[in-house]
Amino acid sequence: MRFLSSACSLLLALMFACPAQALVPEDLKAFAEGGPFERSELISTWASSQDTALTAFLDALEEGSLGAFPSGLLARTPDGEEFREWHTDTLIHEDPMTWEGIMVSNVLRAGVERARASQGLASSDPAVRREAVEALRSAASDPAMLEVVERARDRETDATTKALLQDLTRRLALSATDPERRIAAARALQQSGDASTNFKLLQGLLSTDESDDARETDPKVRAVFQSISTSLEARAAFFEFLGHIFAGISLGSILVLTALGLAITYGLLGVINMAHGELVMIGAYTTFLVQGIFRSWLPELEWMYVIAALPAAFAVSGLVGIALERLILRHLYGRPLESLLATWGASLILIQCVRSLFGPQNVEVSSPSWLSGAIELQTNLVLPWNRLAIIAFSAIVLICTGLVLSRSRFGLFVRATTQNRAMARCTGVRTDLVDMLAFGFGSGLAGLAGVALSQVGNVGPDLGQARIIDSFLVVVVGGVGQLAGALWAGLGLGMFSKILEPLSGAVMAKIALLVVIILFIQKRPQGLFALKGRQAE
Amino acid sequence: MSAILVLDDITVSFDGFKALDRLYLAVDEGELRCIIGPNGAGKTTMMDVVTGKTRPDKGKALFRQEVNLAMLSEAEIAREGIGRKFQKPTVFEQLSVMENLELALSGPRGILRALRFRPSPREKERMEEVLATVGLLESGERSAGELSHGQKQWLEIGMLLAQEPGILLLDEPVAGMTDAETAKTAELFRSLAGKHTLVVVEHDMDFVAALGGKVTVMAEGRVLSEGSLAEVQADERVIESYLGR
Amino acid sequence: MPEALSQLPSRKTIRHFLSWFAGISMVLVPLLRLLPETTFLHPSDYTVTWLGKIICYMVLALSLDLVWGLAGILSLGHGLFFALGGYAFGMYLMRSIGRDGVYQSDLPDFMVFLDWKELPWYWTGTQHFAWAAILAIALPSAVAFVFGFFAFRSRIKGVYFSIITQALTFAAMLLFFRNETGFGGNNGFTDFKRILGYDITAPTTRTILFMLSAILLSAALWGSSLLARTRFGRILTAVRDAEARLRFCGYEPLGFKLAIWTLSAGLAGLAGALYVPQVGIINPSEMSAANSIEVAIWVAVGGRGSLVGPLAGAGIVNVGKSWLTATVPDLWLYALGFLFILVTLFLPHGVVGLVGRLSSSRSTPGGKA
Repeated sequence: MRFLSSACSLLLALMFACPAQALVPEDLKAFAEGGPFERSELISTWASSQDTALTAFLDALEEGSLGAFPSGLLARTPDGEEFREWHTDTLIHEDPMTWEGIMVSNVLRAGVERARASQGLASSDPAVRREAVEALRSAASDPAMLEVVERARDRETDATTKALLQDLTRRLALSATDPERRIAAARALQQSGDASTNFKLLQGLLSTDESDDARETDPKVRAVFQSISTSLEARAAFFEFLGHIFAGISLGSILVLTALGLAITYGLLGVINMAHGELVMIGAYTTFLVQGIFRSWLPELEWMYVIAALPAAFAVSGLVGIALERLILRHLYGRPLESLLATWGASLILIQCVRSLFGPQNVEVSSPSWLSGAIELQTNLVLPWNRLAIIAFSAIVLICTGLVLSRSRFGLFVRATTQNRAMARCTGVRTDLVDMLAFGFGSGLAGLAGVALSQVGNVGPDLGQARIIDSFLVVVVGGVGQLAGALWAGLGLGMFSKILEPLSGAVMAKIALLVVIILFIQKRPQGLFALKGRQAE
Repeated sequence: MSAILVLDDITVSFDGFKALDRLYLAVDEGELRCIIGPNGAGKTTMMDVVTGKTRPDKGKALFRQEVNLAMLSEAEIAREGIGRKFQKPTVFEQLSVMENLELALSGPRGILRALRFRPSPREKERMEEVLATVGLLESGERSAGELSHGQKQWLEIGMLLAQEPGILLLDEPVAGMTDAETAKTAELFRSLAGKHTLVVVEHDMDFVAALGGKVTVMAEGRVLSEGSLAEVQADERVIESYLGR
Repeated sequence: MPEALSQLPSRKTIRHFLSWFAGISMVLVPLLRLLPETTFLHPSDYTVTWLGKIICYMVLALSLDLVWGLAGILSLGHGLFFALGGYAFGMYLMRSIGRDGVYQSDLPDFMVFLDWKELPWYWTGTQHFAWAAILAIALPSAVAFVFGFFAFRSRIKGVYFSIITQALTFAAMLLFFRNETGFGGNNGFTDFKRILGYDITAPTTRTILFMLSAILLSAALWGSSLLARTRFGRILTAVRDAEARLRFCGYEPLGFKLAIWTLSAGLAGLAGALYVPQVGIINPSEMSAANSIEVAIWVAVGGRGSLVGPLAGAGIVNVGKSWLTATVPDLWLYALGFLFILVTLFLPHGVVGLVGRLSSSRSTPGGKA
């Protein structure tokens, strides 16, 4: 079988390799005398030829320099003064005033396009063939092309182009003259390809507009189309939903990342650090600096600057955090509202510092090539690499933070201090040191979030302010100092807004989110993962 | 004499841990009842249930045989006539001692009343009386935050008295007091008994002995034993629970 | 450590302050305005508008002190109530433009631009001054009441409450940024022409608006100081110090908190309503989180809980802001940032506390500070 088909394709290839007899005078005469439909038809029949004369003919036709005269098909010279018979190229004297060019009507243009495409498909240059397929795909479907495309598909060697041709064949088959063929083609659409594109394709054929030529008229076929179209619609909707879920997880992972450090410092010190967003921003600017360093000194290693930026951002943000704790928060323990105001002041200073150093505009941080691009599962289900990387990164950071808090001695001290400061101090824990280090740790996590954010959004002085309110909400919903709370609240809020956004718009989604949070707090004032009993005091 | 407060089959659990386990407790009108028990016995949780701070998972808390406390908010319970003193003295530190008492005075608790409230001569007299009772007569104008720990305890007791409750719940009222202050407090409580019902949670056995009322021993969220101090001290189960198995 | 708080000043101090303030703003300034414009002492239109604006800010600061100073509830959303009052009254000002707008339509220009054919229902009646004035108080009060009811009922307090008010303001800002909301989107309301038929830019109108602001401030301060001295005021202090204890005294804190919260929002709205005709514009950036937090620092600079202090704070910070943003704009954020930090660290009782300390150390010569 395989042998047979390859033999066939060889035969076909041979057939097409020798230029077919094209543009014979009889044909041209018929062309000159025919109406738009006949002309279009004629061009199509010539189209399978490799003749360069055809290209010239089509060019001339489209330029409008061909005219049909009783004396035959004439071409006008560019200056418009002389006329030549097309196939003999002999000068003919005609009065320029009588010139009447062949109008390239839509019907004729379709014929021209078809002819060009078939010519392209027959080209020996893979790039030209690819281009021709793309052109055909974007053009209105033309059942007349079915055989041409099928043949081209069978002999195509390049896998991508072949797949495209296969897809095109199916589409064209939808308008094939044989109803069985059309039904088979629709069934095939259901099996593979992009659900939403296929759905739109069928919807186009199911048009109720009577004047639409492409419309499917056979009631039996229509019924089949209709049922397939319904199932495709459901499939497309499902993929779209998956897309929202992915967007939700992606947003959620960013929220978790930005809220994680906040949850730790809030749980430990009872202080809302209003400068947390600015620590994220500093992490993003550190990424920018690291990128600059790699560009200047290690250009061959630039692909890995993001990796190098992680410890750098952790360190820089962590140190700024420690400075904040030492200089300000230390003196305000037990006064959470005033700590909030003081850290807000610190955030203003940090923003202005960055503005003075780097300017008020966004700086350019470009993702390395291994983070750009995407996995396209469906047109409405595209998974960009940087988003996937951030989800993975958030998970790793969350797990590491969990391990640090639950397994290390430092984590033990932090947990002890969070639960009972006085008792921890009594057992010899240096709570002031724990405060400082934990605050530095939380701030370092903010820095890591900054690295992640620099890969998906703009890096500017206002980066932190734009995100901070959402992170606060995560902490409020998740409950105090709870990693699990931050995780579920972050993912939940991310999902909620991404699923709601397409329904109501981003602003309304945000407002709805706030309302839901306020209602949620009615039920669980202490957040999702509240400490119960005596400790909740 | 009839029971003023009855806790019937009260269960409270926190994340699976049963703080109160089918607790039954009845306190008679005018009684001076002491509640003792090891840490974690559920004494404070019991008070939380009575004052509406914690809702029981199961069971009934009846006040004056008709009011179901489980249905009311903290403020409503207080207005019904249940006063509570916290383990840690909590007074309004920014207000003067007199103002603290004034807020506690029994009477309407609405917003409009609060706007045009002026203490009547009778109420002023009453406040003086309470101040004298708790020994803070000289400190009336001082800000409550300036008082010593013991004085704050007394101010809080004074506020309870000004509230004129039917029953007073006192959580470790003599914690942090000197011996002399403790003795004075015991005397005060004994004088209050009869007119008021007092429920005192205490660790200090000397103080419990000085009060001389009926004693309830709680352990693991249940009542272990009840009777006079001598009786419960002789109870095998009580000794066991205090000393551990 | 307790939250830093200033003492409520005595009735005498309040009276003193009020008589000085009223003397300057309601007698001296209007008299000086009667002088010919060429005189050095004549306050220019710009100055009067600027002073009027600052007085509106002072009222806003006072409204925040009612909740933060008296009841310990830190709102980071008072900019919302201020802006809501401003928008409510702004609707009247927009309607008063009549057909003098760019498109010469009965509708405000921005609606013509959006191709709207009629006013949205919530604009009904806003052509009447009185209704707009009522709205300016009622709208922020209603928003505050609903929000406060849910927040206080679930016993949200402290930083939690602050964060949620901030989120509320943020959400409202996004809402008002939308053109579809019907309040002019990004640009908000501007290009006002007249108020009650008088030219809004005329010197006399400006003077009167200024005096109205001063009257509002005086009345609000007087009322607040009376309120703070009632049992109601003491209950608020009790809410701040030990809310749980108050509950066991038989008071339902919800009602008291809600009352002062709603009152405060209404006062902020009124301040906003007077602010808008003077500065001639209201847009959603008034609702930005930064604006609301700035109000808190006015209060802190002055000394929270002292009623008079926040007025001083609002004055000091805003005069400083006007001066700095005009001379070295880049320094303003640094200055504001350091102000936040320094005041919370070193000036817990604000300027009022500082003045009090200085005067008491002077009255006891050689004595302890």
